[in-house]
Amino acid sequence: MNGVARFNHHGVWAIYKFEMGRTLRTLLQSIATPVITTSLYFVVFGSAIGGRMANVDGVPYGAFIVPGLIMLAVLTESLSNASFAIYLPKFTGTIYELLSAPLSPFEIVLAYVGAATTKSLLLGLLILATARLFVPLEIAHPVWMLAFLLLTAVAFCLFGFVLGIWANGWEQLQFVPMLVITPLTFLGGSFYSINMLPPTWQTVALFNPVVYLVSGFRWSFFDKGDVAVGVSLAFVSGFLAVCLLMVWWIFRSGYRLKT
Amino acid sequence: MATVLDIRGLTKTYASGLTALKPVTLAIEEGEIFALLGPNGAGKTTLISIVCGIVTPSAGSVTVGGFDVSRDYRAARALIGLVPQELATDSYETVWATTTHSRGLFGRPPDRAYVERTLRSLSLWDKRDARIRTLSGGMKRRVMIAKALVHEPRVLFLDEPTAGVDVELRRDMWALVRELREDGVTIILTTHYIEEAEEMADRVGVISRGELILVEEKHTLMRKLGQKHLVLHLHAPLTELPAALSRWDLALDADGQLLEYRFDTRAEHNDIAALLRGLDELGITYADLHTEQSSLEDIFVDLVASREAHA
Repeated sequence: MNGVARFNHHGVWAIYKFEMGRTLRTLLQSIATPVITTSLYFVVFGSAIGGRMANVDGVPYGAFIVPGLIMLAVLTESLSNASFAIYLPKFTGTIYELLSAPLSPFEIVLAYVGAATTKSLLLGLLILATARLFVPLEIAHPVWMLAFLLLTAVAFCLFGFVLGIWANGWEQLQFVPMLVITPLTFLGGSFYSINMLPPTWQTVALFNPVVYLVSGFRWSFFDKGDVAVGVSLAFVSGFLAVCLLMVWWIFRSGYRLKT
Repeated sequence: MATVLDIRGLTKTYASGLTALKPVTLAIEEGEIFALLGPNGAGKTTLISIVCGIVTPSAGSVTVGGFDVSRDYRAARALIGLVPQELATDSYETVWATTTHSRGLFGRPPDRAYVERTLRSLSLWDKRDARIRTLSGGMKRRVMIAKALVHEPRVLFLDEPTAGVDVELRRDMWALVRELREDGVTIILTTHYIEEAEEMADRVGVISRGELILVEEKHTLMRKLGQKHLVLHLHAPLTELPAALSRWDLALDADGQLLEYRFDTRAEHNDIAALLRGLDELGITYADLHTEQSSLEDIFVDLVASREAHA
C-alpha cells in the first residue's frame, strides 16, 4: 500500500542526484582542486626532479609516480567527500529527514557511497588523463586498473562515511585525513619503490596499508609492484570488508545517528 | 473511525540517564487533529521523534496505519510527514529541488503537478527557483512544511508549528491544516500555547515530565480550563469577608487589601455585575480591578497536584 516497495529506488536516486548536484555546484572544489594539485606534483616531481632521477624498476620516474598520485588523490578525496556528505546533514540538522524516510540502511549507504564513489572514479580518471599530458603511459592491465580504482574508492568512501558519522565537529572531520591518511599515503610508496628503502624501513613499510594499495595499482600499470598483486587485492578486499562491518554496526546500534 | 496511530507503553530513557518518557499509551483516530500540550522538556519532541524513527524507544510499541514503526518501518514511515521544530534546510538548494528531493526520499515517483500544488498552497510557487538561504525565516518554515507534505502523508506531525512565526504564516498554516483535515489527513501538533490547541484541535493531550497526564476532548478540557479570577484592589482593607457576599466564591489576601473572585467564563451566566452591586451596597470601594485567566502553568500545577493527592 501507499507505494511501498521492497527497494526504495526513488529514495536512493533522490540522494544520489542530490549528492551529484552538490558536486556540480562545487565543481571547482570537488574536481578542479585535486587536478591542479596533482598537476603540480607532476611539474615538481615528474619534470623538475624526475628528469634527474634514474628509472625505478625499469620505469621512467615521471610515469612511475602516476599510479601513486592517482591513489593519493582518490584516497583523500573519497574520505573527504564521503565524510562531508553525511556530516553536513548531521551538522545542519537536515538529517532528520533522512532518518525519518522509508529507507533501509543499505539504501542510504548505497546512495551516499555510490555518489562519493562516482566522484572518486571520475577524479581518478581525470588525473590519469592529466598525467597523460605530462608523461607517456601504457596500462598493462586496464581492467585490473579499473577494478583496483573501484575497490579502493568504494572502501575509502565507506571509511569516509564512518568517519562522517563518528565526527562530532569539523576538527574531528579533518583529523583523520590530515593526521593519518596523508602521512600514510606519502610514506606508502607513492613517490618511490619501497625496495629503495633500507631493509628495516622496508619491514616497517609493510605495516602501512597504503603500500598494498599503491603497489597493486602500480602493478596494473607496469606489471610490477612492491608486493605480489594477490596480496594487494586481498588487502583491499579485507579493508572493504572491515568498512562494511563498521557501517553495519553503526546502523545496527544507531551509533551517533540516533539517540 | 479507525485508529491510525497506536502508541503503547512507550518509554524513553536517554543514555545520559534522563527519562524523557514514562510509559505513554495513546491512540489517535484517523482524520482527527490532536494537540499535544506541554511545557518545554515535557517529552513532546521525544514522543514525535520515536514515531518518526529518529529516536529509538527504550520500550513499548508504536504502529502507524497498522504498521509497526520498527518492524515495518518502510510502510509506517511512508505514511508520515514531519515538520520539526528547528529550522533545518539545505541552504544552497532551490525550493523546487528540495521539495522534489523530499518526495523522492519517501519513495514517491516524480509528480510535477503535485509538487506545484503543494508549493502554491504554501505561497512558495513564486520562490520555487530561489535558493533557500535567500529566504526569510518564515519562508524557510513554509519550505519545511512543503517538504513534509509533498509525499502525500496520511499522518502529519507539526512540532511547535507556530513558534516564532508571524501572524500571516500562522493564519495560512491553520487554513492549510483545515484543508488537510478535509482530505482526511490526521494531524498531531505540539504546542505550549493553549490558544493554539483551542483553535484547531479535536482532542488535547497534556504531557508533563514524560507523562501523559490527561487526554480529553477539547470542549471538555476548555470548560475545565475556563476559570478566571477577578481581582479587586480595595481602598480600605477588610478583616473578614462580609456574610452578605457568601454566595460568591471569594477569597481575601493576607493584608485584606485584595479581594479575589473565581468564576467560570463558560458558565451560563456569571454574576460579576451582581457582585459589584453587592460590594456597592456594602460600601466597599475599590481603586482598581483586573481579571486573570488560568495559565497553562497553573493548570499543570493543578493537574500534577491533584494526581499526587490521589496517589
